[in-house]
Amino acid sequence: MRVLVVEDDLEAQRYLVKGLKEAGHVVDEAGEGETGLTLALSRPYDVAIVDRMLPKLDGLRLVGKMREERNNTPVLFLSALSDVDDRIKGLRAGGDDYLTKPYAFAELLARLDALVRRRDPGSVKTRVSVGDLELDLLSRTAKRNGSAIELQPREFRLLEYLMRHAGQIVTRTMLLENVWEYHFDPQTNVIDVHISRLRAKIDKGFEAPLLHTVRGAGYMIRAHA
Amino acid sequence: MRTPKLLRTQAFRIVGIYLAIFAVSTLALVGFVYWNTSLVLDRETDETIEAEITGLEEQYSTLGLPGVTDAIIGRSARREQGIYLLANSNRRVLAGNLDGWPQVSTTNGGFVEFRYERRIGNAAQLRSARGRIITLTQGFYLLVARDVEERRVLENVFKTALLWGAGLMIVLGLVGGLLVSHNFLKRLELINRTSRQIMGGDLSLRVPVTRAGDEFDDLSLHLNRMLDRIERLLHGMREVSDNVAHDLRSPLNRLRNRLELAAMRQPADSETARDFDAAVQETDRLIGTFNALLLIAEAEAGSVRETMHNLSLGDVIEGVGELYGPLAEEKQLRFVVKKAADAGFIRGNLNLVSQALANLVDNAIKYTPPGGTVVVSLENNPSGPALVVADNGPGIPAQDRARVTERFVRLESSRNSPGTGLGLSLVAAVARMHDAELSFDDNQPGLRATLSFKRVPEGTRPGKAAPAREVVSEPVH
Repeated sequence: MRVLVVEDDLEAQRYLVKGLKEAGHVVDEAGEGETGLTLALSRPYDVAIVDRMLPKLDGLRLVGKMREERNNTPVLFLSALSDVDDRIKGLRAGGDDYLTKPYAFAELLARLDALVRRRDPGSVKTRVSVGDLELDLLSRTAKRNGSAIELQPREFRLLEYLMRHAGQIVTRTMLLENVWEYHFDPQTNVIDVHISRLRAKIDKGFEAPLLHTVRGAGYMIRAHA
Repeated sequence: MRTPKLLRTQAFRIVGIYLAIFAVSTLALVGFVYWNTSLVLDRETDETIEAEITGLEEQYSTLGLPGVTDAIIGRSARREQGIYLLANSNRRVLAGNLDGWPQVSTTNGGFVEFRYERRIGNAAQLRSARGRIITLTQGFYLLVARDVEERRVLENVFKTALLWGAGLMIVLGLVGGLLVSHNFLKRLELINRTSRQIMGGDLSLRVPVTRAGDEFDDLSLHLNRMLDRIERLLHGMREVSDNVAHDLRSPLNRLRNRLELAAMRQPADSETARDFDAAVQETDRLIGTFNALLLIAEAEAGSVRETMHNLSLGDVIEGVGELYGPLAEEKQLRFVVKKAADAGFIRGNLNLVSQALANLVDNAIKYTPPGGTVVVSLENNPSGPALVVADNGPGIPAQDRARVTERFVRLESSRNSPGTGLGLSLVAAVARMHDAELSFDDNQPGLRATLSFKRVPEGTRPGKAAPAREVVSEPVH
């Protein structure tokens, strides 16, 4: 995908660009807000990574102007500010996701993926399926290979989120934010326990596991290993 | 019984002391003037009586009894105020203007006071008199006195007036004192109320200044100037911490990115890759500590107050309980989540209150040995709702309970378990931000951590209370 990076910390920008390129993306970069805005409005991007604090035109205003020009490229804010206020301000200004520095690169990649996929049409599905695992979003029921699986409401939401992002890495923070709606860092990794319970329900007794752990990044649900 | 607040003010005490000194000195002055005047008047009467007695004695020695008798009869007829009486040794009246020898009441320096009857027109009047009795040779008694009734009446009037005057002065003084202290209290209360609101975190408030320009206004002005300075300093500190955040986060970010990219280039499961992973995890721990410190600093500055909404502690308990339930079960603990009948509405930040409760629950799960019980409950105390996390683990020794909320304090017994030493400091900071109180008690055995909130005033609560329910998850074996 085509990614625009607007970041004034040149060292960070270099690593970000390098990492994104290694992950197979096409990247343009800008070191300050005005150039960033010009690029964003003149070329089609799948996603833009914008730092909150930028010289000449700060991140919030940059995105504000993009939205005024009816440019709907998904934007992920990067910020050294972690206030609850700041993330809300960022999202209100037209950002689609918010990541606090320092972030894990795997986290960034996972979120970019999620942002781009979210724009795909047809997200108003009533059924999701991965391999022989099926989820009925209306009746809130799950079936694998035809037999029903008993799920608690939260387990259902967890599985739904994973399945909507099938084939993508989903990080623990993304799960905490989207399934539990908490924006804090639990001291112990509580998410792992929830995942292992879910795994016991959907993968136990089946030869091919669907729910995979991605080392150093998070989890992924997919049909083939 | 406690004395009313109005009577305990410094103003009332000052007025009281002033009143007492004033009353004593006024009474002393008036008393002295009265005593002196009456002394002078008494002396004048006494001197007149002495002079008359000397005159009558001379008459007696030169003209004998008939001479004195004539003189007495003459003086009795002439003088209105004078009382004269001559009697023989049996106190039988020989001459004078009294019917009989009077009942002498008091003796004072050779002078006597007595009551006598005087006829004015047809009415008889009992009046006071003061005089002297001497014995003439051959056993005759001579009494010379003056009517002092008017003076005694005047004295009584004076004494009564003095008593009433003193009483009135004390009553007026007390009323004045109350008014003055009421006024003092009103001004002070204004300053106190504003101070309390400012201590609650609203640093933009100022103490109102009246147009009187008195010492209270001076005090208010000084307080306001001090607050301006504090606000500027806090603002500066916030800027510094924001800058530090920005300046430290960026290098940490680069460090983490570099390590991550380097790790990606290593073949998976090689020793170098594991080293890089460990280094990334160390960096993450560093970042975690750093984030917690920044959050605590922010909570203490009270700046997150703008993001407070009405929220239900019942929902907080349910959410956090659901998040941690599986972890507790995995540790073979009995995990009970108890909601009160009332939803427990408070004004707060959902994320921060949830994080505070999560930290308490996390600690309880971490330190309670397998087979133990962790109970999370919402209590409805008269002062407001409280979040309670009780376990039957090792607990915290009483002498360490106040210390555990300090930053980076880790008890000897927990040195080896993972954690930053900031978990409880964060809970304490969140508590301070919400005007709540964090306390630790002995659960006999174990620890009982309570986060007591203040009740949201009636009328600002949304929705209806949720019914009481209990969720118990049993350990899976």
